[in-house]
This record gives sequence, C-alpha cells and structure tokens, in this order.
Amino acid sequence: MHVFLRENVRLISMEENQELEQAKKERRLVIPGDHLGDEQAGHGTYVVEGKVYSKYIGLAEVRNGKHIVIPLAGVYSPKRGDGVIGKITDIIFQKWIVDINSPYEAVLPLSDAVEGFVDLTKEDLTRYFDYGDIIFAEISNVNRQKQVQLSMRSPKCRKLWGGRLIKVTPAKVPRIIGRQGSMVEMIKKLTGTQIVVGQNGIVWVRGDNEDLAAETVLTVERLSHKGGLTDYIKETLEKKVAELKPVKDEEKVEEAEENLEESGEEEL
Amino acid sequence: MIEMDDLLIRKLVKRGKRLDGRNFDAYREVSIETNFINSAEGSARLRLGNTEVVVGVKMGIGTPYPDTPDEGVLVVNAELVPLASPEFEKGPPGEESIELARVVDRAIRESKCIAFDKLCIEPGKAVWMVNVDIDVLDDDGNLIDASCMAAVAALATAKMPEYEKNDDSYKVNFDKKSESLPMKCLPISTTFVRIGDAILADPALDELNAMDARLTIGTLDDGKEIKLCSMQKGGSNGLAVGQVEQIIDLAIEKGKELRKIVKAEKE
Repeated sequence: MHVFLRENVRLISMEENQELEQAKKERRLVIPGDHLGDEQAGHGTYVVEGKVYSKYIGLAEVRNGKHIVIPLAGVYSPKRGDGVIGKITDIIFQKWIVDINSPYEAVLPLSDAVEGFVDLTKEDLTRYFDYGDIIFAEISNVNRQKQVQLSMRSPKCRKLWGGRLIKVTPAKVPRIIGRQGSMVEMIKKLTGTQIVVGQNGIVWVRGDNEDLAAETVLTVERLSHKGGLTDYIKETLEKKVAELKPVKDEEKVEEAEENLEESGEEEL
Repeated sequence: MIEMDDLLIRKLVKRGKRLDGRNFDAYREVSIETNFINSAEGSARLRLGNTEVVVGVKMGIGTPYPDTPDEGVLVVNAELVPLASPEFEKGPPGEESIELARVVDRAIRESKCIAFDKLCIEPGKAVWMVNVDIDVLDDDGNLIDASCMAAVAALATAKMPEYEKNDDSYKVNFDKKSESLPMKCLPISTTFVRIGDAILADPALDELNAMDARLTIGTLDDGKEIKLCSMQKGGSNGLAVGQVEQIIDLAIEKGKELRKIVKAEKE
C-alpha cells in the first residue's frame, strides 16, 4: 500500500513536470526585432506593416490571442491595471505627481484619490498625501505619450505607513508573488509581517521581522531562476524564524513605541 | 527612480544590516571584460553590482611638458552621461565627474604604476600621451572604485601601437600593435563610508546619499609590501582618527581581493 502511494505521488509530479516543460516550450526566447507573427500585438511588441515584432530581450508567448513579450530585465514600463507602489514627489493644483520607479512619472488626480467634494480654496492637499508619502495605487490609464494616470478607487489602494521599501527587478515580481500569491503569502505567514508587492519592483514590508522578510524577498529575487524555490525558501525561513524567537520581545517594545508615534500621525 | 529614506538606512546600519543584505565589509560582485573595443589600444567594461563603467585607453604622440621632457603624459577624463542616472545632465562636466576623473588620475599617477620614462620617444620633442576615458553607463554608487579598477584593467591589457619617423615628425601606425604598456604594479582604490559609527565598504547609491563621510584610499602592491598611494575624503562630516585607521586596514585587505580579479584579467 505504502509503495503504491509513493509511486502515485511520483506519477503526479511527473505529469506536473510535463506541463511545466510544455509551458516552457510555448515560451520562446526572442531579441528586439524578432518577428512574432501577423496577429494582434500586445505588451512588449511593436507593429510595422501589419507584422508584429518584439521590443525586448525576453520570452514571447501568445496570451488571449495576443502576442506578448515578457522582458528578462530592465526598468518598469507602466501598464494599465498594474498595482504599483509610488512616492509623492510634487503637488500641482488638483493633482499629485508620483514617482513610480519608472522613466515616466505618474499623475494622481484629486478626483481619483479622494471621495466626495474637496474645496481647494480652503483645504490643503497635503492633508491627504504629503511630499514623500508612500502609496499603493492602480494605473488607470497609460496613453501613447506614456503619460501615466493613477487611481485610488480600488479597495486595496491605500497610503502605506511606516515599514520599509525594498527594490527588486520588475521582471522578477511574478516570482516574488508566486503562483496565486503562494510565495508572498508564505513569507507573510512565517515572518508575521505585512507585505505589499508593486508590479513596478517595489516591495513594502512592515512588522516585527521586517529585516528577515526583506532578506527573504531579496533571496527570492537572487534565486528566481531555480525550480522548487517556494519549498526551499520555506525550509530556510522556518529555521531562521526559530532562531529569531528569543530576541523578539525586545524588538516588540521598540516597534510598539514606533507604532504609537505613527498612530498619532494618522489622527492628524 | 525612488530613493530610499536616509533614516531607514541609518536604522538598518544601527542593527548591523544593509539594504541589499551585504556584510559591512563586503564588495558587490565584480565582472570585467577587457579589450572589447578594437579601435582603442586598451579597454575594459566593468560591472560592480548594478554600477557599470566603460574605460577606453587611447595613445598618441605629443610634446612633453617642459618640466618632464623625458616622460610620457597621462590624461584621465570622466564622462557622466544622462543615460547613467536621472541625476546626470548634459553639458559641461560637473563637480562629480571632475572629482571622479581626478581621483582615478591620482591613484594611477601617484602609484607610479606606468613606467613613464619608457614612454619617451625623443626627449623634449616626442613622448607617448596616454588618454584614459571613463564613461559611466549605470550609476548605482561607488563610481570611483569601479572606474579605477576598469582603468587599471584597461591599462594593464593595453597594447602600444608602433610609430614611424618621417624627417622631423612622428606618425603612429595604429594597425600594428605589439608591446604591452609598461606597467609596474596595479593600484586599486577602495571606498568606504561612515554612517553613524559604522564603516561600510563599497557604498551603493542609496548609502552614498545617506552617508556622513566618505574616504577613498588607493593601495598598491610592489611585490614586497602594500603601500598607500592616494586618498580622497568626501561628505560634509568628519572621521575620527581611529576610524581612519580602521578604514586603512580594510582598504589593504579589500585591495588584495580586488587586485586578484584585475590580475586574473591581465594574464
């Protein structure tokens, strides 16, 4: 019985393996200027005389009948619908200018950020978002001139208080999130921290074990090309968390004091 | 480009951590590629983490300075192109690029690694001019160390062109390259920053923005012992005597590690 079970398990993993192999075959390594086909053009491609070419060095695939290229490295190129973490750099009339870790800066209009009526003659916009504030927002539109518009309408969009930011390569973000969020959920659970991942390669971490979580995120980025990464990270992280336990109390007091200060700010 | 908060970096350093998880005395990964520009006598492309520089060595014949009639001339120039960082602008060289060129120049010149007396063709009339051009492609901090290492690697692998004498003038034949540039040693510059009470090696860009003081030390190995050949202090705050001594010890140790990488490239 036991032997039978084990064989069964192996069979499943082999099937999974085949699926993975299949997925890899469908993705093709391309360089800028490679001809992809004559169908619809998606992200990371350009069209000349009805033919679709690749814009980046990356993996080409067909998704929903569209040719897309996922770049292997490089800076973040804004895309509609992406959730990004940004920093407020300027306030102009009724909008905020946000640095989204990209060559193009983003604009957050007042109407997309705050509910209800705001009397600009009486109110100061720094009341909502001040210079240097970190926000999580969604990209609502990117036009041809690469002017990026943000929106805070989605329920997950908010201001991020305290914590620390980590920079990673934007191309590695899917790996940090993992399949259906498996990787980031696991790190959150084991370290007991809050983590928000922006598609633009900025990760926000807050909690008692901030440093450990940050270290883990950077390890995932460094080893992103390896298979079975979630299990490996889980194993090493469990060990480290067990080592950390004794010192935790001291840190907690410090953190609690910081939290008190922060909540004070929030009320203002 | 989102910059990291100074306070966060200081807080982390107090806890004995760095943004990218390195140890305080650790350098980022170095990779060098030499002699990849055919039109230059020597060239090197160096990556130090995300910092990337290209150095080209070009040689020509010119008249020597009157005070050193029988010695070759070294000219170092650095260019911070807007491609490298959103902070860099086009136009005349700024303070940062002049400092970069001068510190690299000092490390190479004062180490006397190039045998300038062998670069003399006719005393008082014709000597070799060695032009070292540094181009920064990506700035993620510590440009000085990256540029200096790349410049030394480019000089160490450079091949001198041959020349012909026509009556009174000399003409360089760039198609024929034979001898290597006469190099006596390999100077290496190492940069450290003080953040709070801690000394950090190979500062990344965010750490440079948060630093109190910076000290660059050039070391050379003449086969018998390791000597200091250059120094440059940066940042608005000071360093204690003990901290300078600590940095010198670290510079000697780290210089050995980096020299091995350049030496491997030379052979």
